Amino acid sequence: MTTLMYGLVTGILFGFLLQKGRVLRYDRQLGALRLIDMTIVKFMLSAVLVGMVGVYLLSDLGLAKLSIKPMIFGGVVPGGLIFGIGWGLLGYCPGTSLGAVGEGRWDAVWGIVGMLCGAALYAEAYPTMKATALTWGDFGKVTLPQILGISHWFIIPLFIIGGLALFRWFEKKGL
Amino acid sequence: MKEKDDGGWSPYLAGSLSGLVSIGSVWFAGKYFGASTTFVRSVGMVEKAVDPERAARMPYFMKELPVVDWQWMFVVGIFIGSLIASTTSGSFRWQAVPDMWEKRFGPVQWKRWLTAFVGGTIGMFGARLADGCPSGHGLSGSMQLAASGFVALVCFFIGGMIVARLLYGGGERK
Repeated sequence: MTTLMYGLVTGILFGFLLQKGRVLRYDRQLGALRLIDMTIVKFMLSAVLVGMVGVYLLSDLGLAKLSIKPMIFGGVVPGGLIFGIGWGLLGYCPGTSLGAVGEGRWDAVWGIVGMLCGAALYAEAYPTMKATALTWGDFGKVTLPQILGISHWFIIPLFIIGGLALFRWFEKKGL
Repeated sequence: MKEKDDGGWSPYLAGSLSGLVSIGSVWFAGKYFGASTTFVRSVGMVEKAVDPERAARMPYFMKELPVVDWQWMFVVGIFIGSLIASTTSGSFRWQAVPDMWEKRFGPVQWKRWLTAFVGGTIGMFGARLADGCPSGHGLSGSMQLAASGFVALVCFFIGGMIVARLLYGGGERK
């Protein structure tokens, strides 16, 4: 029950911030995919850079565990590309679609119905996928620091510097 | 191109605060953001209601049980949080066809709705095959420096950019 309450409160905070950052809208999502409005990239990358420091700090202090998804090329690459195609058509992600409805953009409701159908289709396809695509190129739960064999505290500052440089470039270009 | 929208926050500020919220979530609840599994659980609940025996035999619903969990509540919370933020700032707008879409394809509602439905179906199939969406892979995966998170994120954008170009063409840059 406590876990469920944590989920609800966390979701409310995140939904509030997504709306405040104006990243829920179709125009913003397609704006990013058309490379004319980088608002969602700024939002996502800011969250990732802050989260990176906090999560690795917690993990190093033994206060939290990492939860890495496996790098299975047969799943992540085609799945990612297929998701991208759907995303370009829908203009909302699974999480932001609910937020979009929350600010009145109710074309997202059709997307949500579609996503439920997509989930049902995948449930039918899962046994086949598990025996085929999900066995191709499975590298397990690997992180960038593990692949490169260096400490995450070398990589995180590089990400932050790179991210800030990217932000500066966005602002210069008026994206 | 950008709309003037008073009351919005800088995406850097809202994004950074979201990063803090995700750190808090990992710390206090041990949970990383994600959204797409919730759609599996939800449709599992529907299938369980229609044909409980069949749903109980499906391996994917054995893996992702059709129950309300942390992430399910998180996704419901996103709706509530957005509703609060938009209604208290006057930016709530009942809209059936987005501005950018209308400018390109006109105000006909069913075309937008059909595209949204088809896009949702394709997108969720892909997200489940990839084992995550922009929340699970994009935010949670890349903040943990997971290889799968970065690869997924790149693939999401490649797929999306191809479709955006097909729909809107390459022109109309500022």
